[in-house]
Amino acid sequence: MSTATHKLLKGATGDWEMVIGMEIHAQVTSNSKLFSGASTAFGGEPNSHVSLVDAAMPGMLPVINEECVRQAVRTGLGLNAQINLCSVFDRKNYFYPDSPQGYQISQYKSPVVGEGEVEVELDGGRTATIGIERLHLEQDAGKLLHDQSPNMSYVDLNRCGVALMEIVSKPDIRDAEQAKAYVTKLRSILRYLGTCDGDMEKGSLRADVNVSVRKPGAPLGTRCEIKNMNSINFIGQAIEYEARRQIEILEDGGQIDQETRLYDPNKGETRSMRSKEEAHDYRYFPDPDLLPLEFSQEFVDELKAKLPELPDQRKMRFVADFGLSAYDASVLVAERESAVFYETVLDRLANRARDGKMAANWVINELFGRLNKEGRDITGSPVSAEQLAAIVDLIGEGTISGKIAKDLFEIVWQEGGDPRALVESRGMKQVTDLSAIEKVVDDIIAANPDKAAQVKDKPQSLGWFVGQVMKSSGGKANPQSVNDLLKSKLGI
Amino acid sequence: MTDLTSLTLAEARKGLAAKAFTSLELTDAHLSAIEAARVLNAFILETPDQARAMAREADAKIEKGDGGPLAGIPLGIKDLFATRGVRTTACSKILGNFVPTYESTVTSQLWRDGAVMLGKLNNDEFAMGSSNETSCFGPVGNPWRRDGSNTTLVPGGSSGGSASAVAALLCMGATATDTGGSIRQPAAFTATVGIKPTYGRCSRWGIVAFASSLDQAGPIARSVRDAAMLLRSMAGHDPKDTTSVDIAVPDYEAAIGKSVKGMKIGIPREYRLDGMPAEIEKLWEAGAAWLKSAGAELVEVSLPHTKYALPAYYIVAPAEASSNLARYDGVRYGLREQGRNITELYENTRAEGFGAEVKRRVMIGTYVLSAGYYDAYYLRAQKVRTLIKKDFEDCFAKGVDAILTPATPSAAFGIGEKGGADPVEMYLNDIFTVTVNMAGLPGIAVPAGKDAQGLPLGLQLIGRPFDEETLFSLGEVIEQAAGRFTPARWW
Repeated sequence: MSTATHKLLKGATGDWEMVIGMEIHAQVTSNSKLFSGASTAFGGEPNSHVSLVDAAMPGMLPVINEECVRQAVRTGLGLNAQINLCSVFDRKNYFYPDSPQGYQISQYKSPVVGEGEVEVELDGGRTATIGIERLHLEQDAGKLLHDQSPNMSYVDLNRCGVALMEIVSKPDIRDAEQAKAYVTKLRSILRYLGTCDGDMEKGSLRADVNVSVRKPGAPLGTRCEIKNMNSINFIGQAIEYEARRQIEILEDGGQIDQETRLYDPNKGETRSMRSKEEAHDYRYFPDPDLLPLEFSQEFVDELKAKLPELPDQRKMRFVADFGLSAYDASVLVAERESAVFYETVLDRLANRARDGKMAANWVINELFGRLNKEGRDITGSPVSAEQLAAIVDLIGEGTISGKIAKDLFEIVWQEGGDPRALVESRGMKQVTDLSAIEKVVDDIIAANPDKAAQVKDKPQSLGWFVGQVMKSSGGKANPQSVNDLLKSKLGI
Repeated sequence: MTDLTSLTLAEARKGLAAKAFTSLELTDAHLSAIEAARVLNAFILETPDQARAMAREADAKIEKGDGGPLAGIPLGIKDLFATRGVRTTACSKILGNFVPTYESTVTSQLWRDGAVMLGKLNNDEFAMGSSNETSCFGPVGNPWRRDGSNTTLVPGGSSGGSASAVAALLCMGATATDTGGSIRQPAAFTATVGIKPTYGRCSRWGIVAFASSLDQAGPIARSVRDAAMLLRSMAGHDPKDTTSVDIAVPDYEAAIGKSVKGMKIGIPREYRLDGMPAEIEKLWEAGAAWLKSAGAELVEVSLPHTKYALPAYYIVAPAEASSNLARYDGVRYGLREQGRNITELYENTRAEGFGAEVKRRVMIGTYVLSAGYYDAYYLRAQKVRTLIKKDFEDCFAKGVDAILTPATPSAAFGIGEKGGADPVEMYLNDIFTVTVNMAGLPGIAVPAGKDAQGLPLGLQLIGRPFDEETLFSLGEVIEQAAGRFTPARWW
């Protein structure tokens, strides 16, 4: 990992370095649960997606859902990680009403996926490599409902038994920016792979963040774990707050208690949830209801061969094939839908080699800019990839100028329609016919003899003439032709 | 009609097929016998209406000539098996009046083959016990008494209700489960035949779990042939239990009467315990002699890790049980004792719902899995288990076909006689049987004689994985030589 690029925090006694590791819980995209046939659909009536196994009825047994295993292996491959052909499911024992079995089936000593790594993009084109420690499969818990009765709590087991992938990073993350970039990148990879929908609002992706601080080069400090974060921005804020809190304690001569904390986004602070002493003894042991999870290298190879193109590969292709900057390429590939949109624009372009890069600029600047302004995402864009490609074609072939194109984009955004037909019907075509422009140029030179005289000494004032010509042509004159014509007429 | 109850299952099948009597008659005869034997407390739930309905249905099928292999045969079901619409409690107060909406795979296969359910049978609470004294429904009486005594004895456990009911001719056969000897020890105590098949032979789906890696269902029956017939219906691969094995179920009955000539029978020297009663020793020798005269070859074998089996078992089984029983928490079904908060609800429910032996094992299990003790207990016990398995593998690799041992270290004892002060006294009942569960092997207990007080004693045969057939062949040789034993009726 690159150590040169991270942010240090200034304290009274000098600089402090943050050491951050993350456990991400990603809900596996699958129709049924990890060990039962019940549906994983979100938002059903409470307890409408609960099988006898999920409710832990007497004598019920778990049966592994092979699709969830495939999803975990795919994800492992997407993280460039070691795939373990044999892994073991363990029971994590604890009592809580959201866990009917009285234990969670998880993988403790022997996870399905081992070490891997992820490269994350930072501001200014910097990157950092974050190590993956492991990925394992486990059951999600149900949900307690405390607002249904004044003196009872109710339990909804719809989520109970849904497959989660817990992805554990190495403590390689050094500041909030890297942490946010890591979650963003991981989410992007999962969504490309189709192994998790990454919907943080629905809780499909949640992070536990371990934070400690130290003087640069010093041994690791005591860490605190901030639980259950479901917003990338909150993760950044929580890390900043937590690191500052720890620094303050250490600089006051205190020590950090290893504990679990919660982030309160309203107050912008973390607070203690439970101390190490209150931590459970989970009495892990191999689940005797399940055989070790074993599959062949051929099984892995087959999944690998069918893996979709991942963000990093797509980014490299965009850079190599269309001369995009690494930054622009990474903006386009960050969301699978954006990348697909851009690729569709490319497919529709008349001259991809000539206009591919311009298309990227249009997608990033005009389209994303406009979408952001209105708080919409790419899937709800009023301008389709086909329409945008047509606009880019019109610019590329010289039919309209970039400026007119912006007007055209606005019309298409507001009213829809075929851009080429709109250009025709609304007379937006660029005028390249010299005789038509010449008249305008002559008129303007004649009306401004003093300015025409000055221009020989002050060539930069040519811009004023260009502006006047463009204005009186309604922006339709070809700027290059106007420029050339003015120069020859003014003798410069 | 009461003499219908004295038939073996095989004889009854013949009579039904020949229309000598109907299933309804056969079923009624057993229902009357059950009613007359309530003092034994073998049945904790009688289902006469359901039994007669199933019998009528079987009769109709037999009439049409499409009755299954067990058409019209009335059976008792251990209360560990979930039965749809019929209360299932594992004989624990904590399950209250739990009525499953589902049927265990094993029992559903029995019904598929035409069998009739008479009711649910008593057992030790969650199958934890060797005398059927831990049941929340009270102890079961053994139909056998010592000569000249009217002291009620235990039928063994945990499948005490199954063994007692079959021995007292209340049902033609019964389902049972065996985690450390719970089929074979009660069979030996009641002069019935009990087989625990290879781990994975029967589905565990729908059977209340005690220790998942050791639990296995099997039948208790009146004869070796009857046991073979029942096991054939109970066994088979089930995709709902991933530990069940996908191997075709053979026609076990075909193994009955097959020559055992040339078979190599191992006599393990480590099973010769210090202080073993002379009559057990004598029984063992008699069994060996019968097999020898049938043409089998006897060889002394060594199973060097035998002495560690019982201690290791009492780590592994409680460890799994402590986790398996966590689901009985008062939240979703069964007993609930309210509390001021969720922790109190758990504590009150489990304190009230579990009996003393279950609590003891949950505590042992929780302890051996705790951080800091796991390696010293659970992990070490698993290593012992691997060594025990290897002992048997080595033995079978030398060409041994089956191993002959006593089934129990003594005959049945009186209710309240054992384990009151020291639970280990009770645990020692399973000294010859737990190794078989630890190794996942099949084991059969066959009645072989009586002790000086007239109580039945049994021998155990241990086989290779999935070779139950050899056990049936050898078991029948012992049965033929020893004869059948029926208790004098006193109830």
